[in-house]
Amino acid sequence: MSLYVDVHKTFGNFQLDVELSLGNEELALLGASGSGKSLTLSCIAGIVKPDRGKIIIDGVTVFDSEKGINVPPQKRHTGLMFQNYALFPNMTVYQNLRAGQRHSDTNEIADILSRFGLEEVKDLYPSQISGGQQQRTALARMLLSRPKILMLDEPFSALDSHLRFHMERELLDVFNGFGGSVILVSHSRDEAFRLCRRVAVVSGGHIDVEGAKNEVFADPKTRNAAILTGCKNISRCEYISDEKIFASDWGIELVCREYRPDTKYIGIRMHSITHELEGINCFECRVVQVIENPFSFTVMMIPRESDCNAKPIGWEMDKNLWQKVRADYVKICLPPENILLLKE
Amino acid sequence: MDWYPLINSLRVALISCVIVFFTGIAAAWYVSKLSGLLKAITDVVLTLPLVLPPTVVGYFLLRLLGPRRILGVWAFNNFGIRLTMMWYSAIFASVVVSFPLMYRTARGAFEAFDRTLEYSAKTLGLSDTYIFWRIRMPFCRQGIIAGTILSFARALGEYGATSMIAGYTPGRTTTISTAVYQLWRTGDNSLAMKWVLVNLAISFSVLTAINFLERGKQ
Repeated sequence: MSLYVDVHKTFGNFQLDVELSLGNEELALLGASGSGKSLTLSCIAGIVKPDRGKIIIDGVTVFDSEKGINVPPQKRHTGLMFQNYALFPNMTVYQNLRAGQRHSDTNEIADILSRFGLEEVKDLYPSQISGGQQQRTALARMLLSRPKILMLDEPFSALDSHLRFHMERELLDVFNGFGGSVILVSHSRDEAFRLCRRVAVVSGGHIDVEGAKNEVFADPKTRNAAILTGCKNISRCEYISDEKIFASDWGIELVCREYRPDTKYIGIRMHSITHELEGINCFECRVVQVIENPFSFTVMMIPRESDCNAKPIGWEMDKNLWQKVRADYVKICLPPENILLLKE
Repeated sequence: MDWYPLINSLRVALISCVIVFFTGIAAAWYVSKLSGLLKAITDVVLTLPLVLPPTVVGYFLLRLLGPRRILGVWAFNNFGIRLTMMWYSAIFASVVVSFPLMYRTARGAFEAFDRTLEYSAKTLGLSDTYIFWRIRMPFCRQGIIAGTILSFARALGEYGATSMIAGYTPGRTTTISTAVYQLWRTGDNSLAMKWVLVNLAISFSVLTAINFLERGKQ
């Protein structure tokens, strides 16, 4: 099973230009709200008609503006789970599953009810069951329609964090059992990383960066992708030499592993900063704020050599380490291999 | 006791309720799909009879339907019927006055419909007919029923415009509300009281029916 999408659509002053192809793997569309993630899913499902482009699901062209092909959503065989699950409120859990079933087979429903632990609530209405049960019902209903691809729009946004953890594990099982193409829309980098093999960062209606999750997190390439993958320390930068740049927001010179001509920003993740007394990219910093997290400390610091208008750098570390190094001034290192070179 | 006012009132209210049911739903469906300025203007025009004094509505109706006015002349020349001062004249008044109640309630129900239900039904392969009758209509049903009952009740209680366009001719155009006024005016207090009690009984049943439906929602 596979998916190829190339869609273009203009909505007022918002423009969607997304191109992606996917094999039997999970792709997370990571982006802020309004970036076009959900719209992309709607285009694939056939709810929104793109202005132009092409969509091929499992070898079948379901949309092609040049050839005038636009298969209705009913015949596209895509599974789309909405943020609010869109369960039919006037039908019981069982009736919801029946409605979604393409081939009537009561054994199939009984099997899936037991697989998702819904037997006890099968005669209740969606408003009478818990958030987790609602999500399981939506998943079961989607699977019963025998989709060729699965698409999930912010599946955990309606759940509290404890339930989220459990549902994430259940979803992993569903993905493994499904074996086809899966697209997960999310704004949480943790969720995206845990559930998917590939990550695409979406911003302003187009895909910024796309790749295997480890590569994207290790080298986000753009400022936006760095922010969405959770990099909190980002500074504008100026070219000094092929090995050296000046981080203007922090007021320090940094040695980098390589030089990329289009670098406009540099970033370093809060946990990539190390505590060294001397070495490459080592600085003495003034501590301006200490934030205590449940299992770590975040220390905001300004390099001593920069002026006071500099933006603070955040350093997240183990509680034990901060107990040891706690002081008004601390020595830190920004290892060249951990510095992210970022385009606009 | 002459029951003509009750029969006439029920007849007028039922017929106008049927008319308002279809026109109100059609208007609600149409307006819920509009947007921007056109929607705002259409909505104001369709809702206006709700806030205008019934006498103003009656005045407008007389200007249109009166024996020497454009529609009145047209109806008389073509069908030989008079549009005012007949029992059915009250229908015109009730329809105009109760229309906004049906229209607004139905529009609210249509606009409250969660579009994601329709979208996900489509991806599940359900037909448009199925979606309309099995998902959209059940979702909006209670709103539509409530609108129908409200407009029926409003039509039944209509006085101002009705008295202007249908007048008060005992045994020909009297409704409960015009009868109560005339009986009080002529000092027949005991008969007026009887009609007041009949009216109370009907209103009480209607409101109970609405509450019952509201409870059914949960």
